[in-house]
Amino acid sequence: MSSLGQPVIHLKDVQFGWQPGTVVLDIPELLIHQGEKVFIRGPSGSGKTTLLGLLGGVLTPVAGVVSVLRNDIGRFSPARRDHFRANHIGFIFQMFNLIPYLSVVDNVTLPLGFASKRRENVQSMGVDARQEAIRLLNHLELTDPQLLQRPVTELSIGQQQRVAAARALIGRPDLVIADEPTSALDSDTREAFIRLLFAECEAAGSTLVFVSHDSALEALFDRSVALNETNRASQYRPLGQPEVV
Amino acid sequence: MSILHLAVKSLSNRKTTALLTIFSIAISVALLLGVERVRVEARNSFTSTVSGTDLVVGARSSSLNLLLYSVFHLGNATNNITWETYQELSSNKAVAWTIPIALGDSHQGYRVVGTAQTLFEHFRFGDDQPISFKNGKPFDDLYDAVIGSEVAAVLGYQAGQEIVLSHGVESRSLQTHQDKPFRISGVLKPTGTPMDRVVMISLEGIEALHIDWVNGAAPNALFSVSADRARLMDLQPSSITAYFVGLKSRVAAFRYQRAVNEYRQEALTAILPGVALGELWQLVGSAEKALLAVSVMVVIAGLVGMLTTILTSLNERRREMAILRSVGARPWHIFTLMMTESLIYAITGTLLGFLLMYGMLFAIQPVLQMQLGLHITIALPGMFEWILAVAIVISATILGAVPAWRAYKNSLADGLTVRL
Repeated sequence: MSSLGQPVIHLKDVQFGWQPGTVVLDIPELLIHQGEKVFIRGPSGSGKTTLLGLLGGVLTPVAGVVSVLRNDIGRFSPARRDHFRANHIGFIFQMFNLIPYLSVVDNVTLPLGFASKRRENVQSMGVDARQEAIRLLNHLELTDPQLLQRPVTELSIGQQQRVAAARALIGRPDLVIADEPTSALDSDTREAFIRLLFAECEAAGSTLVFVSHDSALEALFDRSVALNETNRASQYRPLGQPEVV
Repeated sequence: MSILHLAVKSLSNRKTTALLTIFSIAISVALLLGVERVRVEARNSFTSTVSGTDLVVGARSSSLNLLLYSVFHLGNATNNITWETYQELSSNKAVAWTIPIALGDSHQGYRVVGTAQTLFEHFRFGDDQPISFKNGKPFDDLYDAVIGSEVAAVLGYQAGQEIVLSHGVESRSLQTHQDKPFRISGVLKPTGTPMDRVVMISLEGIEALHIDWVNGAAPNALFSVSADRARLMDLQPSSITAYFVGLKSRVAAFRYQRAVNEYRQEALTAILPGVALGELWQLVGSAEKALLAVSVMVVIAGLVGMLTTILTSLNERRREMAILRSVGARPWHIFTLMMTESLIYAITGTLLGFLLMYGMLFAIQPVLQMQLGLHITIALPGMFEWILAVAIVISATILGAVPAWRAYKNSLADGLTVRL
């Protein structure tokens, strides 16, 4: 394992509740370093959605500090948090990640329209957005030119997830957050997908935070964090109670 | 990728509903524009039933009554004008020409108008258009008649045919002028005025018809005068019903009007036809306002339809919004996206509506001109059209703010994850 880089995510005494008095997330400390590939194991009810909301800057903590790339994003204005997310974080979700009416390439280049820094990153590589999108897709083993012309709704789930990965990686964001991206894939494609994702994150220098309830994948990562142990709130709330979304 | 680009792609993904929405706006816009155009043209056509005539003179009555019987041939004159008075007043220095008319007879429900050759020379309607002939020529012989286009079309008459006129104006007249049949010398082109519904003969013809009548009663066989004998008699009429006046200078109109109104020997009224027609339109023109109001309602319905379409699409698009948010779209991007969508609906709908309206105008203009004599001018969009277009776009912006605001609130509440 490589030596630890700069901290990318640092949560300190973070508490969050939807209503005053109730706490769904209570994390004394969570530290993720640059270049790490971290597996966060989170069964339902462990506060996974809330954690992603906090990291993405959609939610702000009731108490404590959420620091991403050494920025206390909880103190940012909502507009600045949106900017920050667009420029520094790429997301991959469970499924239905793509905009159905855009082509494969348009889906991949979509973040560049909202994130000036990632647009500049692509420009500094000396290519245009389309070329970069195709390069990433090729790396993720989507090489058939005809496939790229097809509506995204005609792709298989595995292909769709690779398109989503290319979109999360374009413009080299500092952080890639993947939320159960493999749960719709079968076990063979699952591991292949993760290996491709690793390779691209390393090439882009992005830190990967991978959230899943499937502990079978845990071994592939540098490090794993069990959210229900880290989150003290999940310990004083009975499991199986519906998660607040 | 720009918001506009996204909005267009998103709409083309929902082609059917988007096109239907645009089409419903377009139809409502075309309807409103069409109704307004026809309304304006109908008013213009109505108020220029008579043009180029400075004054209409008849026996003393209200101006409306005089207008109705002299121009529209509705109702009856209160009295006649004696030939002497007509001669004296028409020899006034200010007068350029006069067209006398004598009413009282009919043919199959259509009015017979006794008049002079000056009618074909000087009568104007609409946009300074003279009377023109579809075939034939003005009356020339004593027993010649010129018929309007509707008379010819409804009764199936052609030039050269003989007709018998009836005494009185009841639709089923008991007494006919069988002894003196008339020959149709010409058929007029449609004018869209009461001229389409008349049978015109000379004043002398009117006189000849009644030369053997005594006190409004038909002659018995003993005293009747044959058509050929009537030709040899003095046929100068003793009176006329009304006359149209063209002045050398319009400036003299009020002076001549006063001279007529204050004429000592006979009680007369002179009216300015344009003013009287305008007054009459005020009376009959309220239906067109109702029609316009209905068309405005249809446009509002079209816009509400657009609002419904967008609002119903919001729920199924929550995931789409969340994805956009996750790739960096700010909530106001979502708001702008939705507003852009409303504007695309409104602008393309309005444009298509204009195209539809102009297409329809080009298609029906010749038909209206030929069938009804109603001339509709096809002009570039005027003040009304521009105001309408701007009003629709502004309304769509205001209405579009409703779903845009909902989408904005949704995207704030949903964040990056919607689990449907």
